[in-house]
Amino acid sequence: MADYNMHILVCGGTGCKASQSELIKSNFKTRLNEFGLSDEIQIIMTGCFGFCEKGPIVKILPDNTFYTQVTPEDVSEIVEEHIIKGRKVERLLYKDPESKEHISDTKGMDFYKKQIRIALRNCGFINPENIDEYIGRDGYAALGTCLSEITPDEVIRMIKDSGLRGRGGGGFPTGLKWELTRKSVSDQKYVVCNADEGDPGAFMDRSILEGDPHSVLEAMAICGYCIGADKGLVYIRAEYPLAIERLKIAIKQAREYGLLGDDILGTGFNFDVEIRYGAGAFVCGEETALIHSMEGKRGEPTVKPPFPAEKGYNGKPTNVNNVETFANIPVIINKGAEWFASIGTANSKGTKVFALAGKINNVGLIEVPMGITLREIIYDIGGGIKDGREFKAVQTGGPSGGCLTKSFLDTPIDYDNLVAAGSMMGSGGMIVLDDSDCMVAIAKFYLEFTLDESCGKCTPCRIGNKRLYEILEKITEGNGNVEDLNRLRMLSSVIKDTSLCGLGQTSPNPVLSTLDHFYDEYLSHVTSHKCIAGQCKALMHYSIDADKCTGCTLCFRNCPVGAISGEKRAPHYIDQSLCIKCGVCFAKCKFDAVLIA
Amino acid sequence: MNKIKSLADLKKLQTEVQSKIKLREKGDHSENLIQIKVSMATCGIASGAKETMTYFIEELDHQGIDAIITQTGCMGYCYAEPTIELTIPGQQPVVYGFVTKAKAQEIIEKHVKLNEMVDGIIPVNYSSIDN
Repeated sequence: MADYNMHILVCGGTGCKASQSELIKSNFKTRLNEFGLSDEIQIIMTGCFGFCEKGPIVKILPDNTFYTQVTPEDVSEIVEEHIIKGRKVERLLYKDPESKEHISDTKGMDFYKKQIRIALRNCGFINPENIDEYIGRDGYAALGTCLSEITPDEVIRMIKDSGLRGRGGGGFPTGLKWELTRKSVSDQKYVVCNADEGDPGAFMDRSILEGDPHSVLEAMAICGYCIGADKGLVYIRAEYPLAIERLKIAIKQAREYGLLGDDILGTGFNFDVEIRYGAGAFVCGEETALIHSMEGKRGEPTVKPPFPAEKGYNGKPTNVNNVETFANIPVIINKGAEWFASIGTANSKGTKVFALAGKINNVGLIEVPMGITLREIIYDIGGGIKDGREFKAVQTGGPSGGCLTKSFLDTPIDYDNLVAAGSMMGSGGMIVLDDSDCMVAIAKFYLEFTLDESCGKCTPCRIGNKRLYEILEKITEGNGNVEDLNRLRMLSSVIKDTSLCGLGQTSPNPVLSTLDHFYDEYLSHVTSHKCIAGQCKALMHYSIDADKCTGCTLCFRNCPVGAISGEKRAPHYIDQSLCIKCGVCFAKCKFDAVLIA
Repeated sequence: MNKIKSLADLKKLQTEVQSKIKLREKGDHSENLIQIKVSMATCGIASGAKETMTYFIEELDHQGIDAIITQTGCMGYCYAEPTIELTIPGQQPVVYGFVTKAKAQEIIEKHVKLNEMVDGIIPVNYSSIDN
């Protein structure tokens, strides 16, 4: 095969695929064919680049040009201008929001400057459907070295020394988990990869499996070698079709190369991986529930101990790790525990992948060293709050986590600091909230999620959360009183203390954390029946200022329920009994005549 | 696909397939690498720029010198095609005219390897805006 002198990388993550990146790829193919360049230029579909806000992304190498928001129609221009004439297509380059200058190279982009990519090292760099590209990037070298040169105990020691902690949420030391499973005596053991990512707004694991599936397979095999298992299972939700497909391709290719299967690399070590599908229940991310679901039973958690390390899948010792945790393993083996431990803070080593979402300019996937501050993530990488509004809080840890307010903007982010701040690392979803978000409504939103996802096995979670939700509903509808706030706190602590599994034990966290940090907001809901953010519709009251109203009829024409009446060029009037408080009149009025109280 | 039977086999395969992504890895730290831009407008191609570019790619790869070789548009020296622009990291770019295979070889031997300029430099009469 001829050596290509130029590579065109097209993002094949779910986000960019939804914005027609397949078509972009095929357009490139057609245009390059027309110019007779298909032997000289290679087109590669990669995993997620992380900069989803500006997708679809096209990157051209070796000159490292980063094109954003490319449409299938732009392809001709890129080929004719950039590829043929060597002139960059300025309008498709990233524009720095501050300096307004076009930046062609990712190194110049604030979004990438502060990132360190370990788990995402190959995402947006290799073709995830080609095992050769993974091997070219040191792929399977860590497995080879382990099998041929290092004993399982030494590997476990390395993982322990690296300080790697579980990236799925709990932050349990990975090396210790492996050691415990290794020590369990049994004829059969299992390695399980938890890909049941379920936090609202989180897509770290999906992106890793879509962009670099081999790194997870390699790490599972290393884990199998360490704990003495010859069977690996990936538990993935069926609603991740692209990740499943790429994982299947990866497993097939690894088997063909003999990197999975019997007698791997001639060392006598056997290991194979199968995929198990989950139906998307949140609780199945909890390891005991996950194991039951894989066994074909109800996805319900059971009391620990016994831990899966002693009695897991089919009653056999099982090591369950999350996707991102696994993705770190090959790098630790290749680069050494010391190198990994040099990144991060005292008790949290390495990096963490976060999915940035909410009211932030650069929505996307980022990987940052532990110990980075929230301010750096939100303002430098995230590009600040949308529409120039004010930062209010960031929700981390999903439905089990809590909110971090302005006062935590300069706190270094690691496992312990987040817990101390009343939140948690969680799997890495970060939802940014601005001053138009009502914290009571946010707490209600997360609780509604937990309510849906509660398996119903234990009473505190099944009934307690329902009552908690009802109190919040009462408050947002303007019927709450101060006593309700105490009741919220009381009930929350009971649910926390008495629930069976992690889901129930953490479900009141969003309520408690917002109560702690935004008590005033709760108070104004129950005492003066006001929602400062203007989110709780039941508490809103729209009226028209007769002095300011010019009678332009714009609000009248846009009101979806016909609640506004009035003659042309005369002040209009809102019928409160009909008003659904949608806010359209307020948004449409050009004269600031609509008042909100 | 053949099975990989040992760690040595894996390493052998790794070196074989590395070339496939080498170009991308180069792009990742482009500022530390020698860059050669070959002017490939109609005039350049007609004068053999394509052969010059292929020669640079193959020869530098053969000698194990990491460099980024890209094509670019007309530099304006149509009388002196094929033209190339050579940038050694940390230095000002230098433009060479009439770069035939023989000239390319001389440039690699002297300028790229020893950082000694050779004959045929075209004085740059413009400055370009960098982005």
